[in-house]
Amino acid sequence: MRFTTITSPHSDRPNSVSKTMLLVILALIPGAIAMIWYFGWGILINMILASITAIVCEALAVRLRNRPVLPAIGDFSAVLTALLFAVAVPPLLPWWLTVIGVAFAILMVKQIYGGLGYNPFNPAMAAYVLLLVSYPVQMTSWLPPEMLNENPLTFIQSASVIFTGTLPAGLSWDALTMATPLDAMFTQLDQSKMLSEILIQPLWGDFGGRGWEWAGNWFLLGGLFLLFTRVISWHIPVSMLGSLLVIAMLFHFLDQEAYPFGMFHIFTGGTLLGAFFIATDPVSACTTKKGQLVYGASIGLLVFIIRTWGGYPDAVAFAVLLMNMAAPTIDYYTQPRAFGHQGARRD
Amino acid sequence: MQHSLQKQQKHTLYRFNGGLHLPDNKSQSLTLPLEKAALPKRLIIPLHQHIGQSAEPLVKVGDQVLKGDMLAKPQGYVSAPVHAPSSGTVVAIETLPIPHPSGLPAACVVIETDGKETWGNQLEPIPDYPHADPSLLRERIRNAGIVGMGGAAFPSSVKLTPGLENPIHTLIINGAECEPYITCDDLLMQTQAEKILHGVGIIRRLIGAERCLFGIEDNKPEAIRRLRQAVTDAGMDWVSVIAIPTLYPSGGEKQLIKVLTGKEVPSGSIPAKIGMICHNVTTAFAVAEAVIEGKPLISRYITITGNGVQQPKNLEVLIGTPASELIKQAGGYTDQVSKLIVGGPMMGITLASDEVPITKATNCLLAADSSEAPDPGVASACIRCGRCAIACPANLLPQQMYWYARAKDLEKVQEYNLFDCIECGCCSHVCPSHIPLVQYFRFAKTESWAQEKEQRAAERARQRHEAQVARKERLEAERQAKLRQKKEALNKPAAKKPKSDKPEAGAEEDPKKAAIAAALKRAAEKKAKLAEQGIEPKNQSDLSEAQKQAIEQADQRRAESSTDAVTSEKQDG
Repeated sequence: MRFTTITSPHSDRPNSVSKTMLLVILALIPGAIAMIWYFGWGILINMILASITAIVCEALAVRLRNRPVLPAIGDFSAVLTALLFAVAVPPLLPWWLTVIGVAFAILMVKQIYGGLGYNPFNPAMAAYVLLLVSYPVQMTSWLPPEMLNENPLTFIQSASVIFTGTLPAGLSWDALTMATPLDAMFTQLDQSKMLSEILIQPLWGDFGGRGWEWAGNWFLLGGLFLLFTRVISWHIPVSMLGSLLVIAMLFHFLDQEAYPFGMFHIFTGGTLLGAFFIATDPVSACTTKKGQLVYGASIGLLVFIIRTWGGYPDAVAFAVLLMNMAAPTIDYYTQPRAFGHQGARRD
Repeated sequence: MQHSLQKQQKHTLYRFNGGLHLPDNKSQSLTLPLEKAALPKRLIIPLHQHIGQSAEPLVKVGDQVLKGDMLAKPQGYVSAPVHAPSSGTVVAIETLPIPHPSGLPAACVVIETDGKETWGNQLEPIPDYPHADPSLLRERIRNAGIVGMGGAAFPSSVKLTPGLENPIHTLIINGAECEPYITCDDLLMQTQAEKILHGVGIIRRLIGAERCLFGIEDNKPEAIRRLRQAVTDAGMDWVSVIAIPTLYPSGGEKQLIKVLTGKEVPSGSIPAKIGMICHNVTTAFAVAEAVIEGKPLISRYITITGNGVQQPKNLEVLIGTPASELIKQAGGYTDQVSKLIVGGPMMGITLASDEVPITKATNCLLAADSSEAPDPGVASACIRCGRCAIACPANLLPQQMYWYARAKDLEKVQEYNLFDCIECGCCSHVCPSHIPLVQYFRFAKTESWAQEKEQRAAERARQRHEAQVARKERLEAERQAKLRQKKEALNKPAAKKPKSDKPEAGAEEDPKKAAIAAALKRAAEKKAKLAEQGIEPKNQSDLSEAQKQAIEQADQRRAESSTDAVTSEKQDG
C-alpha cells in the first residue's frame, strides 16, 4: 500500500483566515445594528454598497495579478474592510464617496502592496482619512442619534439621499445633520466655553454623546467576544484604552473645565470600535506582545493629543495610521527573550 | 507513603511559553493486556538506528545467528551496536527503505527467522548494580545497544558519561508522552514500574545525581499511581514522581526540565551544562533489562493506532519487524486510511509504504484517516496574527522567521534564533493561513548547515590559496636574492680583495661544521653502543639487503648535503 508523504505536523488545523475574518464580522454585528438603530438606514445601505465595491475591486485586482480569485474573496478580508469603513463614515455619505473610499482601500492600500497580509496600513482607516482630508464637509455631516432626531428618514429616503443627493421635501442639510459629540465638544472648548456649560446640552448621555455611547457599548461587547474567542489578544485594546483613559483623567484633573473626563474619550467617537476592531488588525499592527502594549498605548496617547489639540474631530484613524508606520520598528525592538537565552536580542 | 505523597504534591511546577492543548486521542489504544507481536518471517534491522556513526556489520549473508547476537558493532564513540532480535539466517545485507525523515533507504541486515527464538551467548546479568563498577555498567549499556528511545536515539552510554566539568545533581526521567495518540510509555509505566525504577537506579549510579524528578503528564493517572507506589515500596526517597499539566510539548527535553525545575537549558547547550540529565522512561527500562537481565535492546513497546486501523493497541515488538506485520496484527487497515505516520501526529514522519522496519526509536505507528491527518491545503498569506508566537514553546517569533526563511535570508533567520526551534509543530498547527512553518524552518536549517559547510570549505580553500601565493612569492624572492648574490659574486673579485674576506668567512663557517660533525659523531657512537648491546632501531630490524644499502646511501647523501646546505646558507646569507 502506498501513502502520500508530507512533513509534520499532520494534525487537523483548527484555525483559518476566513474563520478568523468571519468571527470579526460576527463580532461587529451588534455594534453595526446599534449604529443602524441610532443613525438610520444609511449605515446599512453603506455597508451593502461598500461590501459590493470591495468584492468587485478585490476580484478585479486579484485577477489582474493572475491569482486565484475565489480564495481571495472567500477569506472575507475585503468584506471586513468594507464593513469597518461603512460603520465609520456618516450615514448619508454620497454613494460615490463610499465607492471611492472602498476602492482606494482595496486597490491602493491593500492590493498594490500584494494583497492580504502585505499592506502596511489599515485599509479602512487609510480610506477614511483620504476622504476626510479630501471631502471634509461630507465626511463630517453626521445625523443626530435617533433620540434627538426630529426628522428620521425611511429606508427609501435614505437611499435617495445617498444615491441621488435629493433631500426629502422640506428638509435642508442643516436641519438634517448635526455635529458629532466630539466635534461639538472640542469646537465649543476651542470657543473657550467651560466644560460644565457644554455638558448641560441635551447632546450628552452618561459618558459620551447620546446614542454614540450605546453604539460604543455594543462594539465593546463584540470586542469582548473577540477576546473570548482568542481572535485578538487583550494587549492592544487594554493598552490603548488604558493610556487614553489615564492621560485624559490626568488632564481633566489638572483643569476640570478645559478637558473632558476620561470616560468621555472612551465612549465618544470611534474609540471602542478602534480599540477592538481597527487597532487590532493583525496585518498592520505589532505582533510581539510587548510591542502590542507599546503600540496600543501610543495610539491611545495620539488619540488624546489629536483630539485635544489637533484640527480634526476624531483621531482614531490618524493615530492608527501613524502607529502602523512605527509597527515594524517597535516589533524589532520588542522581541521576546527566546528560550534558553539570557536576554532579549539587541543590536 | 503518606509522607512521600505530600512531598510530591508540594513540588513547584513552572510554565514554558505557549504550548497546545490537543485532543489526546489516547484511549483508543490503551488496552490491556499488552501482547507480544507475532514473530515475523523476516526481520529487517537497519545498521543506523541512532545518532552518530553507523554500526559496522559483523555477519555476512548465509550466517546463522541466535537471538541476542551482535549483528553489527559500533564504529567510533558516538555509535551503537545492533543485535539479532531473533534466531535465524542472515539472508541479505542490503539497502532498504527505513523510517527516516529523508525517505532515503539505508543499509539493513535481513534475517529470516527460524521460529525457535534460540538465545545465543547472553550478556551476564549484573543484578547487584548498586555495587557494580560504573565503567562496567556503562560498557554494558553500550554493548546492549541502548539509545535514547524517546525519539532522538542518541547512544545512551555517551549521555551517561557526563564528564567532570559538569557535576550532575538532578536526573530527569521523561514519562510525559505529550504527543497525542501514543500510549506505549503509559502502558510501560503501568506494567513495568519496578523495572523502570531499577533502570533509574542504574542511571543514578552512573551519573551520581542527588535526586530524580520523574515527570508524567496528568492524563496518565494510573501510571503515576503505580510509579508512586513502586517508589514507596522500593524506598527510593530520592525519586519524586511528579504529575505535570498535560500540555504539548511538555515532553520535549528542555520544556520538561523547565516545567520541573524552572531552569532553562542555555541555547545551543545540553542539560548537563546546568547539572541535569534527562532520559526517557523507555530508555530507563531498557537499561534495567540490559544490566539486570543481560538482555540487549531487541524489542520495545509500540502503539499502533488511528482511525486507519481496525483495532488500535500496543504490542511488544521485536526491532526490525516490518510495519505491515503490526498493522495486520491490529486487524488491518480500515477503508478510511490515508496516511501512515511513524511517531505522533505533531512530529511524526509519514511513510510512503508500510514495508519498513520498526527501529529502536519507533514508538508509534499512526494509521490516520483524512480527518486526523488532512492533506494540507494551499497556504495563504501570513496575516501576522502572531498566534504562532503565542504557541511557540521556545518563545520564538515564527512569523518573522518565516518571512526571512522565505526570502532565504539565512543570516537574518538565524538572528531570530532559528536554531532554538525544536520543530514541535505548534506554530504550523495554529496558523490560520495554513503555512507549513516548520517546513520552512527545516529548510532554513539545512540551508544554513550547507552554507556553513560551504563557507568552511571556501575558507580552507582561501587559506590554501593564500599559503600557496605566499610560498610562491617567497620562493621567487629567494631565487631573485640568489641571482643577485651570484651577480654580485661575479662582480666581486674585481671590486674587492678576496683575501681580507676569507678568514672571517672561515671563522663563521667553522663552528657550524664542527657542530654538525660532533652531532654526527655522537649519533654514530650511540649507534655503535646500541649495536654492542644487540639493540637495533626498531624500524631498521628485518631489513632486506637492498633496503640497508638504500639507507646507507641516503645517510651518505644526507651527510654530504648537510655540509652543502651550510655552504649554500652561507652564500645566501
